[in-house]
Amino acid sequence: MTDAALATNNPARTRVTYARLLIGLSLLVAIAFAASLSFGPARIGVGTVLQALFLGTDAEVQSAVLIVREIRLPRAVLGLLIGATLGLAGAALQGYLRNPLAEPGLIGVSAGAALGGVIAINSGLTSAFALALPLSGLAGALCAVLIVQSLAGLHGGPLTLILAGVAVTSFAGALMSLALNLSPNPFAALEIVFWMLGSLADRSFVHVQLAAPLILPGLVMMLALGRSLDALSLGEDGAANLGVNLGLARTLLIVGVALSVGASTSVAGSIGFVGLVVPHILRPLVGQRPSHLLVASMLGGAALVLFADVAVRVLTPGTELKLGVLTALIGAPLFFHLVLKTRRRLI
Amino acid sequence: MTDLMTARGIGVTLQERPVLHDIDFAASAGELIAIVGPNGAGKSTLLRVLANLLQPGEGSILLEGRDLRRLPRRILATKLAYLPQDQSIHWAISVMDVAMLGRLPHRRVGRPLSDTDHRAVAAALRTMNVLQFFNRPVTELSGGERARVLIARALAQEPLILLADEPAAGLDAVHQLELFAHLRRLADAGRSVVVVLHDLSLAARFSDRLVIMKAGRIHVEGPATQVLSSQVLEDVYDMSAYLGDIEGIPFVVPLASLEGRRDDPVCAEGGCAEMKRG
Repeated sequence: MTDAALATNNPARTRVTYARLLIGLSLLVAIAFAASLSFGPARIGVGTVLQALFLGTDAEVQSAVLIVREIRLPRAVLGLLIGATLGLAGAALQGYLRNPLAEPGLIGVSAGAALGGVIAINSGLTSAFALALPLSGLAGALCAVLIVQSLAGLHGGPLTLILAGVAVTSFAGALMSLALNLSPNPFAALEIVFWMLGSLADRSFVHVQLAAPLILPGLVMMLALGRSLDALSLGEDGAANLGVNLGLARTLLIVGVALSVGASTSVAGSIGFVGLVVPHILRPLVGQRPSHLLVASMLGGAALVLFADVAVRVLTPGTELKLGVLTALIGAPLFFHLVLKTRRRLI
Repeated sequence: MTDLMTARGIGVTLQERPVLHDIDFAASAGELIAIVGPNGAGKSTLLRVLANLLQPGEGSILLEGRDLRRLPRRILATKLAYLPQDQSIHWAISVMDVAMLGRLPHRRVGRPLSDTDHRAVAAALRTMNVLQFFNRPVTELSGGERARVLIARALAQEPLILLADEPAAGLDAVHQLELFAHLRRLADAGRSVVVVLHDLSLAARFSDRLVIMKAGRIHVEGPATQVLSSQVLEDVYDMSAYLGDIEGIPFVVPLASLEGRRDDPVCAEGGCAEMKRG
């Protein structure tokens, strides 16, 4: 092979396929978003959806305008943001920790947010005012990240981060069990359980306004990790030798995950398996490069959550299946498949 | 010869255990330096200090006359490549992608690889004789092939100084020879190569200078022909060895461990002499 062939063919080809993958995933997200606006208990035609969304307030589509703009649009926007968060946070954590089993909840933020939500429900704050739930969740996520950060230290390695995350997650889990145990009435317990299952139902633009300002900067911070994560393929010393500021990378990761995952869990409860499975599925398609996986996984996560959220509406109208239950139901068997594939490769 | 790198009075204490004492070290352009010594002598620690990965408690290091610690990370990364002893690559990325990591310090964020980058990567892959499998995932390569790919990464960095921690570990004899021939050529091309290794014969054959360490100090340093002696090996390694030479190049065959035997009354009486001779 000549230099010229090497210099032009190969990188160009991988860039084209990577670009194609991103275009394909973006289309998938767009389709999923449109589907999220089009499906629901009220049957509204695609034409009417578009009309209601963009044109406005004809008398005959009045109810459609209300449904599409006030119910389905915030739900679709949240699905987009939260799916992107889970996919990206999973890819970023797996890249930083160089462990394909890392997932967005690993550093304890989700558990902290969930505990915050549970406390809000249990103390009756949620019946006093509706936003108590997400706000308390955010407070929980903040506490969790502060504890994890002080436990793991500012310059500790990946191992201390994992250990601190596991410690905080377990403790928050114990406190949630305690809350369930001491729950004042069965309805509160049921509400806690349902909330922990994760859902996008009945969310409004108030939730979007609360979550988006936290999620978006979080996403930007994690996207900025590309170079560092690529360099970390060679281990910490190798990355440091390539000029990577490991302390900065770690801070970007922790703050980015805390903001985006904390806000996501606060408004939607825990939606499992997305952050674990999406990077796994996409990794072979980006030549395993951690930097390329970031954007791909963000789009893939958004598409998966949006489609799953459409599926819960279509599959079980009336008694809506919880989104977190469905993602776990899809995600876990996919994981079986991945385990078998890995085993075949090892033999 | 001009010194590319000079270290003065390096002292390192890790977890209240002194690891390096008062080390002076210099590396010049065109020089291949082999750091040898028993396990725990502080060789890897010294290399990490020279790579600016570990801050020494005492002493200072100059790279081209500038304080190593004050150099911006990216600038340092274009001048100094470090190959860790740990040769794992954590994802099944392609050989090409690994070598391209060496260009990271030369590229601005978000910019694609330039023609210069591509040429450097291709040259590095060719030098290490891994160009033919540029598209294969590194996880599918043998240990020796992977070691060469990692060296290609460091070469793609186009550093002035290459610091390598046991790059020959896990390589068969032929690949060890080829690797050191490559390192020799790099040094001859005007770079400075500092290698930690265990094979004294390999060190003697390819290096301009041996730095023999013991217990966190430099025991002796100089050209292999001058510093390698049975006495030095006994003092540093506590072993008896056969020291021969082939066409003026020394080689070492370790014979027996003397650990604990020197205090042995029988040895003190000279009863171990036959063992020392083998």
